[in-house]
Amino acid sequence: MSPLSAVLTEGAVLAQGPARLDPPPIDYAAILPLLVVLGGACIAVLVEAFLPRHQRWPAQVALSILTIGVAGLSLGLYAGGEPIGTTTLADALAIDGPTLFLWGTLLALGLGSILLIADRSVEPGGAFVASAASRAAVGGGVNGGPVDDPEDRSYGMVGQAPTMQTEVFPFTLFALAGMMTFCAANDLLTMFVALEVLSLPLYLMCGLARRRRLLSQEAAVKYFLLGAFASAFFLYGLALLYGYAGSVKLADIATAAAGSAKSDSLLLGGLALLVVGLLFKGSVGPFHTWTPDVYQGAPTPVTAFMAACTKVAAFGAILRVLYVAFGDTRWEWRGVLWAVAIASMVIGAVIGLTQTDVKRMVAYSSIAHAGFLLLGAMSITEQGVSGTLFYLLAYGFTTLAVFGVISLVRDADGEATHLSQWAGLAKRSPIVAAVMTFLLLALAGIPLTSGFTAKFAVFAAALGDGMGPLVIVALVASAVAAFFYLRVIVMMYFSEPAADGPSVTVPGAFTTAAITLGVLVTLLLGILPTLALGWAGSSGFVG
Amino acid sequence: MNAPLNVLVAAAETTSELPHVGPATGMASLAWLLFVLPAAGALVLFVAGRAANKWGHWLGVLTVVASFALGLAIFLETVGLPAEERTREISLFDWIAVAGLHVDFGLRLDPLSLTFVLLITGVGSLIHIYSTGYMGHDPGRRRFFAQLNLFVAAMLVLVLGNNFVMLYLGWEGVGLASYLLIGFYQDRPSAATAAKKAFLMNRVGDVGLAIAIFLLWTNLGTVQYTEVFENIGTLDAGVLIAITVLLLLGACGKSGQFPLQAWLPDAMEGPTPVSALIHAATMVTAGVYLIARTHPIYDLTTTGRLVVALVGVVTLLIGAIIGCAYDDIKKVLAYSTVSQIGYMFLAVGLGPAGYALGIFHLLTHGFFKAGLFLGAGSVMHAMNDDVDMRRYGGLARYMPITFITFGLGYLALIGFPFLSGYFSKDAIIEAAFAEPGWQGWAFGGAATLAAGLTAFYMTRLVLMTFFGEKRWEKLKSADGRDYHPHESPISMTAPMIVLALGSIGAGFLLSNGHVLIDWLAPSLGELEEHAAGGALPHEIVPWIVVGFSALGVLIALLVVGGRPTPVERPEPVSLPVRAARRDLYANAINEALIARPGVWLSRALVYVDNRGVDGVVNGTAAMLGGSSGRLRRLQTGFVRSYALSMLGGTVLVVAALLAVRFA
Repeated sequence: MSPLSAVLTEGAVLAQGPARLDPPPIDYAAILPLLVVLGGACIAVLVEAFLPRHQRWPAQVALSILTIGVAGLSLGLYAGGEPIGTTTLADALAIDGPTLFLWGTLLALGLGSILLIADRSVEPGGAFVASAASRAAVGGGVNGGPVDDPEDRSYGMVGQAPTMQTEVFPFTLFALAGMMTFCAANDLLTMFVALEVLSLPLYLMCGLARRRRLLSQEAAVKYFLLGAFASAFFLYGLALLYGYAGSVKLADIATAAAGSAKSDSLLLGGLALLVVGLLFKGSVGPFHTWTPDVYQGAPTPVTAFMAACTKVAAFGAILRVLYVAFGDTRWEWRGVLWAVAIASMVIGAVIGLTQTDVKRMVAYSSIAHAGFLLLGAMSITEQGVSGTLFYLLAYGFTTLAVFGVISLVRDADGEATHLSQWAGLAKRSPIVAAVMTFLLLALAGIPLTSGFTAKFAVFAAALGDGMGPLVIVALVASAVAAFFYLRVIVMMYFSEPAADGPSVTVPGAFTTAAITLGVLVTLLLGILPTLALGWAGSSGFVG
Repeated sequence: MNAPLNVLVAAAETTSELPHVGPATGMASLAWLLFVLPAAGALVLFVAGRAANKWGHWLGVLTVVASFALGLAIFLETVGLPAEERTREISLFDWIAVAGLHVDFGLRLDPLSLTFVLLITGVGSLIHIYSTGYMGHDPGRRRFFAQLNLFVAAMLVLVLGNNFVMLYLGWEGVGLASYLLIGFYQDRPSAATAAKKAFLMNRVGDVGLAIAIFLLWTNLGTVQYTEVFENIGTLDAGVLIAITVLLLLGACGKSGQFPLQAWLPDAMEGPTPVSALIHAATMVTAGVYLIARTHPIYDLTTTGRLVVALVGVVTLLIGAIIGCAYDDIKKVLAYSTVSQIGYMFLAVGLGPAGYALGIFHLLTHGFFKAGLFLGAGSVMHAMNDDVDMRRYGGLARYMPITFITFGLGYLALIGFPFLSGYFSKDAIIEAAFAEPGWQGWAFGGAATLAAGLTAFYMTRLVLMTFFGEKRWEKLKSADGRDYHPHESPISMTAPMIVLALGSIGAGFLLSNGHVLIDWLAPSLGELEEHAAGGALPHEIVPWIVVGFSALGVLIALLVVGGRPTPVERPEPVSLPVRAARRDLYANAINEALIARPGVWLSRALVYVDNRGVDGVVNGTAAMLGGSSGRLRRLQTGFVRSYALSMLGGTVLVVAALLAVRFA
């Protein structure tokens, strides 16, 4: 994707004269993590093609974890040398402080998601199949097991344990690579290609649920249609901006906006459409409509992946676009984003109150959180950047663990996501209830959890950049939102369990590891946030 | 009769100078253990699970007692220092440290915080011991002690923190513990409702506190007490008033003050030791602590202080009036707490003339109100957990220790001469009368009137409980058992006796020779005495207050003691009684002003989100004779309406941006 824009840039040069087409210099060390993830994804496709079925799951899990591990290692080695921010691939990618931080966040969250996805003990055989909706829509067999029909087993024979659709692993890696490119993209065309690379696997992954397949596939189609719609906005905005600035590079747009006497209509119209596309990915109200349906319908591990990683990537890109390309014109667009942020916070907090499904509730919570994040992203200050980055890290891990816990509460029909089914959970399994309580408190932003520190950092940044009234709205919204988190806690602790209520599956090692990771990071970032805050604020964007 | 005056005589002409802050050495460097001990106890009890059922409560007691012992040691060490060296800080680690935002995880050990440490761990220890008896047969005993320990730890963080973020941490922590403990009896829906109400009303206050902290941070760039107080003078008056009012909102939420008082009486759904510790002696006084702690801010704005005092006066009247109408022994005590904290708010609202008096009343109140609640718990223990005083009667003979300790607490509360409440409450009323102009008359008059009402409702409570006909003889409790009143075990009576001794002597000991006032001076500044020109001179006030109290007792004796108490609540009653029984319509007002608009807003939003756009689409489709396919029920909304709403949003964003450009 990056060579594409390189070619475009060089093409412009070519048109002016008979210059020879030099390949742009590439800083391999800087982009190694990205290359490793892309390479791992390609190998995973080969594994899918050439390995026999029964070997695929172990091979794919090992490969995915190894890929992320190696990518993390190379990132750590590169970042350990305290590099100065740089652009490479003919300025298509910017490898600067925020990029490295976001990459680290994405890789860590990606690892957690892979662990959740790989788990086969919670849902026997794993949560993913690709069989036709009509078959599995009938429901599970006895005792919640799979329908004992060869056709329902996409892999394995009758009498064998059911296996899972292992294509989900290369999908995840491709999506992850797309996200990493998305938040490092230094020109809009690269950003658009990355947007598609991260979106397409996600559309597919949403439709792979073993249970409630109609819901799952409906979610996938909705996400795809609306996602395509949003991509079109993005692309149209890109075109307008190109028309204005004569370049798709973020820095060039900033320069053009600063020194141009041209009409600003193209600039602002382009910005509006571009931002809509980005806000859609970040599930910011009023472009949030897909979120509850997709969060609810997608297999829970995929929801975890989307909720954590997509949010990080989308806000990483929003930050970069606003900061690098539109920092100087902020007084013209900020009023509009104020309204968007308020809409998002109010929609998330208030509609969240009426939800009866845990996954939908977390979806509305994520819409409210998107509003809070926008506060940080709008403050074009160093604090705004570091606060938003920290918020993404904190929120990502908390939400990952939340979905991990949600996947554990099950009855005969699969996951029991209706709130009434969570009644009295504390009596059945105090540990799961305690973990969930802690995570919900983190989402509510109670001190000593990462949620508090994150909110504090973001709100402080917003206040520092003159957005006092918005911070007051945000504080009120978070107080309102606290109520629906509280309601879950009340259900778990203060209600009698239903006689035929769900049981809590004992999680396998993978899910346990993912939840533990999420909880530990949530706690650690609450008590000792200094280190991560320091990283987040270590260096700014390069243009 | 002149004893309370001693308190006021010492006043010197001083402006409140900020104390010198030194590093902590010696015992004080172990101060982090104060809250780590109970926190560790809570953690062990939560994590150990059933394994700790047998010994868990003793661990809870042990950690809090150890914490008290350490607090006492630090206190004694501090007393040995000269006054100007008594304010010390320990920095444990950098909690949040980035450019432009630095929050220290540090402790401030000064007379004010140490006073609170002793109150919290001292009363906390007594109530932990009491609870080993009171909760002896409860299956949730371990959980109870874990949560109680959590509360003690959080409360200590609240008072020990050396910056506003630590304060907020403790503030949220005690809120959470209080919420868990109010809802402790999980099988009662009323407990869950009460817990929810407490949490929500506290959140309202918390938002105020959070905004105040943010305002301080943006204007001063720091949240450390030392730096904030040094630079607070640079703010302009508007910001200053905003900060004081927002801090007050936080204080009102936590302390059950008007207009956020309605949760506190409902909080009595929790176990009685919780009511004694959290909802009488410690947590609900956090608001008073907040205002006393931030006195350098309040010193600068008379408007801010006036609002505090007004809130206090309104609340102390509301609490006293409603307290006269309830039959539930714990709710009467709860409204009494609301009213007494009103006195403390009034005191700190008087500014340098009252900060120390507020803390003084807070301490004596901590003793006698905790004692009264424990006494009430003892009575309930004897009466099958019944709380309706109309079913009591003549219990004095059956539970003599409870009767005597409760009686002493009662006398202290109504301000019987030379008991604790007499010294602390009368000092506040004197200071109120010493205010110049209308404020002296209004504040002093209201406080005196409320003192009379206090005497009335408390006498009524004592008469209905301990004297008169044994109404319970002919009744059975709700679960069909007969009543067999008996004295409580030693683990319960011993703490009651200790607290009763405090109710007798604390007032005299703390005020004699201005011990407390001088001790607190490094934290709160010297107590200022108003120049002449107050509404009433000092010499007369104690006589008037005692007179009003005596009148209240007398009326109660005539009205309640003079005729038999009906077991059923008499209906109908006069308008004032009806209003008081309905909490002066506080709940109805909350409902109308906040709850219902909230419900409407969420309904409207959900409607727009799910149906509104869809409705437009459906309507259009119907007009065009759309197919029945549009009615096909999908699991959730229609993707086309989502797309339409996105389009609508986009059009708005584009239009708005362009409008900004061309406006």
